Amino acid sequence: MDSILPLAQIMIFPGFLFLAVYGLLLQWVDRKLCAAMQNRMGPPWVQPFADFIKLLAKEVIVPDEAESVMFRVLPFFALAAVMTAMVSIPVGQTALFSFQGDLVAVVYLLTIPTVTFFLAGWSSTSPYATVGAMRVLTQLFAYEVPLMLSLIGPAILAGTWNIAEISAFFGAHPALIPAQLLGFAAALIALQGKLERMPFDIPHAKNEIVGGQFTEYSGRLFGFFCLAVDMELVVGAALLNAVFLGGALGLTGPAAIALFLVKTLFVAFLLALLKVLMARIRIEQMINFCWKYLAPVAMAQVLFDIFLKYKLG
Amino acid sequence: MSKITIPFGPQHPALKEPENFMLVLEGEQISGATINLGYNHRGMEKAAEDRTYIQNLYLIERVCGICSHSHTTCYITNVEELAKAEVPQRALAIRTLFGELERVHSHLLWLGVAGYEMGFETLFMYTWRDREQVLDCLELLSGNRVHYSINTIGGVRRDITAEQKAEVKKRIKYLEERTQYYIKLATGEPTVLARTQDVGRLPYDVAIERGAVGPTARASGVARDVRKDDPYLIYSQLDFKVITHNTNDVFGRLVVRALELVESYKLIHQILDGLPEGPIAVKVPWKLPAGEAVNHYEAPRGEDIHYLKANGTDKPERLKVRAPTLANLQSVAYMLEGGWLADVPLVIAAIDPCMSCTDRAAVWNPEKGRTEVYSWEEMRKLGIEHYKRRGVDFGRL
Repeated sequence: MDSILPLAQIMIFPGFLFLAVYGLLLQWVDRKLCAAMQNRMGPPWVQPFADFIKLLAKEVIVPDEAESVMFRVLPFFALAAVMTAMVSIPVGQTALFSFQGDLVAVVYLLTIPTVTFFLAGWSSTSPYATVGAMRVLTQLFAYEVPLMLSLIGPAILAGTWNIAEISAFFGAHPALIPAQLLGFAAALIALQGKLERMPFDIPHAKNEIVGGQFTEYSGRLFGFFCLAVDMELVVGAALLNAVFLGGALGLTGPAAIALFLVKTLFVAFLLALLKVLMARIRIEQMINFCWKYLAPVAMAQVLFDIFLKYKLG
Repeated sequence: MSKITIPFGPQHPALKEPENFMLVLEGEQISGATINLGYNHRGMEKAAEDRTYIQNLYLIERVCGICSHSHTTCYITNVEELAKAEVPQRALAIRTLFGELERVHSHLLWLGVAGYEMGFETLFMYTWRDREQVLDCLELLSGNRVHYSINTIGGVRRDITAEQKAEVKKRIKYLEERTQYYIKLATGEPTVLARTQDVGRLPYDVAIERGAVGPTARASGVARDVRKDDPYLIYSQLDFKVITHNTNDVFGRLVVRALELVESYKLIHQILDGLPEGPIAVKVPWKLPAGEAVNHYEAPRGEDIHYLKANGTDKPERLKVRAPTLANLQSVAYMLEGGWLADVPLVIAAIDPCMSCTDRAAVWNPEKGRTEVYSWEEMRKLGIEHYKRRGVDFGRL
């Protein structure tokens, strides 16, 4: 009995099944929101599920030039890394496996999918995929530092590197949540870059380099990459919820989970808003923007939090 | 960083029609670009020689899906010139009205395409929805949305009623408001500015040297507009400005097109208010006397030129169409070089290319220094050999 519960948690809730279903649902929410903002209909709610199932049934084509083993295992690496990251992020009141320093571990685990995207493009060896792979890596260096910096602020204020404890701290001091606005905005924009969504969908900008790093992927392998991206959206939203929005805010049981859903949907809404408001920027503009504006903003939040902590004692 | 050559087309999501651009990349920057035409030969000019003048109207309308009215009007002006027909003023006014409605629909379409190519899908969705208004106007007046078939030799086929006039004016009013919003958006949104300013530069003298036409030329400060330079239809009686811009980049082309929309709305109101009374068509004989005629027309994309040679029968001896894209493609190679890979779709889209209207096949024999004509058998042999080199044998078909 002791070993079944953790296994069920990893496989069903808040592990694989929950992540997959909620990820696909969030994809639908995102598409529907964008459609509403862009004055069109949008897909029915089953669309992401239908897309995924259809991709599973499709033939997998591995190019002759590609490195076969690498090409095949990368989607599963991405999926596994995203799922592992979710283990330390609280969905309700507590996380599945929480330890001191898991904030750093989660950020590290969330970097792995990006690296697999790069390797996927690189091992495809086709020109579009190669250019896409370069862009993935270039973009990683642009958003990763602002993202980490913006997450440091709340950690310093709470005096812990444990995500569940940070979220509990803000649950106990809700007045401090609005003070994190700047850092939250910076993290949101960096997350948009991490998820490679418009205006930062530069690595797979369809009118420039076709499918970017995923150009050569098809069928099941592509389906799992897409699923990993959808799950990453959930994990990213959950991370922002836990670090900036105070997680469960002291609620327990189903109420805490409902609050989690509401707040991640809110984050998804903000991300959708970012998506429809702007034109895609160029990779060098992205780097300029992230280092000239986003990183200093995140840094300012860190300094402010240090000051706040000093004031509060 | 080593150089890689990327084929941009003939099959590429950014290109709606097949055309090939070979880009030599150094990292993200383009150090060389070659344009290869010739994926789209449709044999229209040849087909026109087998049809009567009135049948050709149907064919010429289908040279382009966007500037369908431009091509027929240009062709028909040639026919009427050769037949020495006096076209009634009301017919000319209706043709002008359609020309301007077409410009509105083409420019709104372009605005959407530009938005899409710069990754701004919201702009794309908005403009294409608004474009429905002008398409509805065209449908109301002619019965068709894209190929209006309003022209006929000697005049137009349908008259405009007072109710139609009121409805068109109402819809144009709505579009005027929306266009003001787009102008604000295009000139104020920072990401749009970041993507269009200093992109695809075409300085004034290069634009002249390479013979750019239409909004592409006007965005480089060249005030070149057939409607003003050599007024046709009833443009000499109308009051409008030639919009130019001096930034020489994609941003300039965006602004020129957006402001031209405003001018077009003004023109539509003027034409509808001052629509002359009278018949809408005159009879023109089926057979044209032998002779030649050349005419040009300011299509939404630039100057469109038609040449027609008649030989005394009811079919043309030769018809030549020079679509505006052919004139503008020379500038594209210049605009691409030194730019970013990310800007390629936008730079190509900024001339509003229409590849199917542009492509022709001609055989140049460098030894004899002249063009030659292939027979059907020779064409077939050439095709089979071409595909054999690529590993496909069509010889048995």
